[in-house]
Amino acid sequence: MHELAICQALLDQVDGVVRANGAAAVQEIVVAVGPLSGVEPTLLAEAFALARRGACTNAELHLETAAITITCAVCGEHSECAANALVCRHCGASDTHLVSGDELMLLRVRLETKSQPAPN
Amino acid sequence: MCDTCGCNITSGNRHLTHDAAGRKGHVVEVLEDLLAANNRTAAHNRAHFNEHGVLVINLMSSPGAGKTALLEATIDALGGTYNIAVIEGDLETENDAQRIRARGVSAIQITTGTACHLDAHLVHRALHELPLAGLDLLFIENVGNLVCPASFDLGQHRNVVLLSATEGDDKPSKYPVMFRAADAVVLSKADLLPVLEDFDPQRADRAMRALGRDVPIIHTAARRIPDLAAWLAWLQETLSSHRESRDYASAQAAMRSRALLNPSLGPIEL
Repeated sequence: MHELAICQALLDQVDGVVRANGAAAVQEIVVAVGPLSGVEPTLLAEAFALARRGACTNAELHLETAAITITCAVCGEHSECAANALVCRHCGASDTHLVSGDELMLLRVRLETKSQPAPN
Repeated sequence: MCDTCGCNITSGNRHLTHDAAGRKGHVVEVLEDLLAANNRTAAHNRAHFNEHGVLVINLMSSPGAGKTALLEATIDALGGTYNIAVIEGDLETENDAQRIRARGVSAIQITTGTACHLDAHLVHRALHELPLAGLDLLFIENVGNLVCPASFDLGQHRNVVLLSATEGDDKPSKYPVMFRAADAVVLSKADLLPVLEDFDPQRADRAMRALGRDVPIIHTAARRIPDLAAWLAWLQETLSSHRESRDYASAQAAMRSRALLNPSLGPIEL
């Protein structure tokens, strides 16, 4: 299970954002996890619950998964497909390029600032 | 005006500053790969490899597919022609490194403890113990695992995934992330195919094509009567094309110009 190692990397990255923005705490972390990223979203969520610390202690983790889509190098059409069948749905060619589905990316974090400005 | 706290956020952008529970916060867009730190170290490792003109191959497979046996037979066949070294990754023991050293080749053992994969930092640390000068080929034998090692760039130039004849021919369909990462697949223990009726190499080939990967599937036998001809040909061809590549040429040129400017400078520091 490498999700815990990936979770530590995520927390280090978020700590960097917290420091750069002088934030007090993190409310929410949004991560994109594609089906071909090699990371299992449920395991990542479990690892996060164990590993969260410091400014992230009360943060919520939201995982966004994208569909696997490919472009066909033969007919140029787009297809949505399963992780082990990256073949063109239109002409059957296996000479395809992955468009989405292997993302493993920190998209955004919602920070609680140290001194919230007074409401307007 | 926002009806939760009175701020000047329009309703269309409200999701950027308030979470589902209506808590207010400051949203920072990051858009950075979760493995960015690993990837930076991997790029550093690769630059270092290029400066020394060494081709680095990351060997991955399930445990017992024959990675170490393939390396032993490869060293026996090419050890007289090329300078070879090996980095071994295992959870415990020096056993595999000792098998490689017995062939007269440098081997650094990384024991990962409970970690199921090598990462770029572990390889970087191992490089401190392994002089690269004069090496032609460096093999990194990853931890036997068809899942986790696929996610971590180590700085290698090629990924080779072994699929042994004693496993199922549908492994590429079952572990698409790993087999998609392969630049070549080695069908190991191929001398056993005549007695392993369940394994159909054509089915394995079709499963690879279905991943959108048109990579060579190289049959090898490393024990009893070794048959490594296709594998050795692939290695030699890959080494030649690597040395013609732009990345390799520019790293070599950078090293030469640094040496001209200041002859006391060696290769880049690790």
